[in-house]
Amino acid sequence: MTEQIPPRWASETFWKKTAIWVTGGSFVLLVVLTFDSLAKISAGGPRVPAYSVINKDIGYRFDKSKQRYQPVIGDDAPLFGKSLSEEEAEKLVDLGKKTVQAKNCMNCHTLLGNGAYYAPDLTKAWLDQGWIAKESREQMMLNFLLDPEKNARTFGSNRKMPNLEITQQEAEGIVAFLKWMASIDTNGFPHNFRALGAED
Amino acid sequence: MTATTFQDKAAACWSGCKQRHAEFMANPHLSGGQKLAVHYFTVAMVLFMAQLLFGLLAGLQFLFPSFLYEILDFNVNRMVHINAMVVWMLYGFIGSVYWFLEDESGVEIVGLKWGQLAFWVLTGAVTLVVLVYLFIQFGAGNDTSLWLINEGREYIEAPRWADIGIVVVVLTFFYNVAATFAKGQWSGIAGVLVLDLVALAGLYLAGMFYVTNISVDQYWWWWVIHLWVEATWEVLVGCIMAWSLMKLLGVRRQIVQTWLYIEVALMFGSGILGLGHHYFWIGTPEYWFSIGGFFSALEPIPLVAMVVHSVYDSGVHRFKNSNHPALAWIIAHTFGNFLGAGVWGFMHTLPQINLYTHGTQWSASHGHLAFFGAYATINIAFFYLAAQQARGNVWMGGDLANGWRWKAAAILLNLGVLGMTVALLIAGYEQSFIERAVEGSTWAGYFAAQNHPWFMQAMVWRMVFGLMTAAGGGLLFWDLVEIGKGEQRPAAVIASQAE
Repeated sequence: MTEQIPPRWASETFWKKTAIWVTGGSFVLLVVLTFDSLAKISAGGPRVPAYSVINKDIGYRFDKSKQRYQPVIGDDAPLFGKSLSEEEAEKLVDLGKKTVQAKNCMNCHTLLGNGAYYAPDLTKAWLDQGWIAKESREQMMLNFLLDPEKNARTFGSNRKMPNLEITQQEAEGIVAFLKWMASIDTNGFPHNFRALGAED
Repeated sequence: MTATTFQDKAAACWSGCKQRHAEFMANPHLSGGQKLAVHYFTVAMVLFMAQLLFGLLAGLQFLFPSFLYEILDFNVNRMVHINAMVVWMLYGFIGSVYWFLEDESGVEIVGLKWGQLAFWVLTGAVTLVVLVYLFIQFGAGNDTSLWLINEGREYIEAPRWADIGIVVVVLTFFYNVAATFAKGQWSGIAGVLVLDLVALAGLYLAGMFYVTNISVDQYWWWWVIHLWVEATWEVLVGCIMAWSLMKLLGVRRQIVQTWLYIEVALMFGSGILGLGHHYFWIGTPEYWFSIGGFFSALEPIPLVAMVVHSVYDSGVHRFKNSNHPALAWIIAHTFGNFLGAGVWGFMHTLPQINLYTHGTQWSASHGHLAFFGAYATINIAFFYLAAQQARGNVWMGGDLANGWRWKAAAILLNLGVLGMTVALLIAGYEQSFIERAVEGSTWAGYFAAQNHPWFMQAMVWRMVFGLMTAAGGGLLFWDLVEIGKGEQRPAAVIASQAE
């Protein structure tokens, strides 16, 4: 049988070159977009507020012009009644983030929708109506984190958070981290979320 | 048992293991690289069993929340479940490459001793990491915990010290592969493989640092997870499949290599910017809606190409092949990859639907079928190639002694995973409607969906099919230990097509 020469578009060389150019081109584009995205999501930038936002009231409301939900930064509402400098706020949020990682929260919960699905999403946990009222929220969150067994919030599911030996300081850090995370502009995720105090 | 008898038994067990290992190392049917590959495959199978066990434990906790509460909590079981999976996939890939490296390059592996050392170092490290996961579980909120216990980032939870070890081991593996091809002959498969390994190792670095800003954290985290799973791993299995189609069916090199380049172009062309479908909701700008939506929607195309490629080649060769179980698993791979990674991924990749499905059991449904279909299957195919060769390149066609076993294992595993996928999909639909669309994603909404009978029924069915999968896994383990033993007939010889 005589060997047939494939047309150019079906040849090995053509596809080799295509593979190289497509891969290179896509990667270069990704790098350019990465520079742009990182600039836009740095803390204090247009989409991710500075850590000191924990000194403010944070809401989540439907924006009619964008047709989606958006975080709304309001008046002063210092966390645990103490206004923090940018540096102090970052330190507290950092402690919270490290604790969330060290306690492996992400293998039950989701954060920004990523993680496991055994426990609720934490993206807007700060704003959840489960904390009943703004006045009681901080203390309820601390109590829950410090003794989740006694202060279990199972909503009839019998699923209880285990005691993760979280200290008072770490619990305050977690609350700060959750408050700051709730202020991130997540393009309307979660949708249709009725935040605590949104009815005001 | 007294301490002395325990010591005696442990010593006897140790010397028995050493003897078995020495006998294995003297196996005349395997080359040095293939012996190393079998080491990797053996640990991969053990980890696969661990993945199944901890998956069952985590699944049971959905049905019985107090089961193992504060002993082995869901987050521990789930972490071991997914980490065992990631690591056994990598062990399977590394083993597969060592398996064909000498055949493809035409020379013995350069620096094999380093490769062997790396295997023992990696296996020791994996054992230690798992023991810490199980017995220490979590630490205080500081750097020490992240360095020594657990980084708390899904899929790449391994503490930082282990990350560094993994990079060193992967570099050793890379050295073995690149230096062996450099000494022997290069091929299209070799070129793609070496470049892909550079990308695979390099991308891991993107997951090796801590930042406070969670949006930046998840931005880089996805570089590792997505660009591994939906780009570099896919290309790696493309290389592995290209070689195995030549070996199993005798397909011409020019054909598999042309297909491989097409797959690389389509896979990286869609997968690199397809990364954007993870950037819809993490704080990143809106332009990712269009970029991520468009390119990730293209991701199934190379997977269709892989199905066409393998089915076409199998048909052309009238399914005449030298290893029936291996070919069956290669075919399962192409369909599983297309359905699990392609179709299931596509179904919820556009932002308009992802707004409701993101972070629900939809992702778990997709994850189960995609990881099994795309990666577990092709690794299992290689386990069968190894079992055949290790027993003297024996017959593995029709009329195989106890041939029911591999078929039953394949059926149980495939149906089991498919059943879990559908059950989780139903749970995901229910969550998307009740928790997300109706209840607006509050905690009360989350639990309203979790407590709903539709969700609970789905979890029961997931458990039933999970048990089926575990039974298939156990049978597979047994079959790999036994298959081909006592077989006298040589393997069918498949003539390669003229170059």
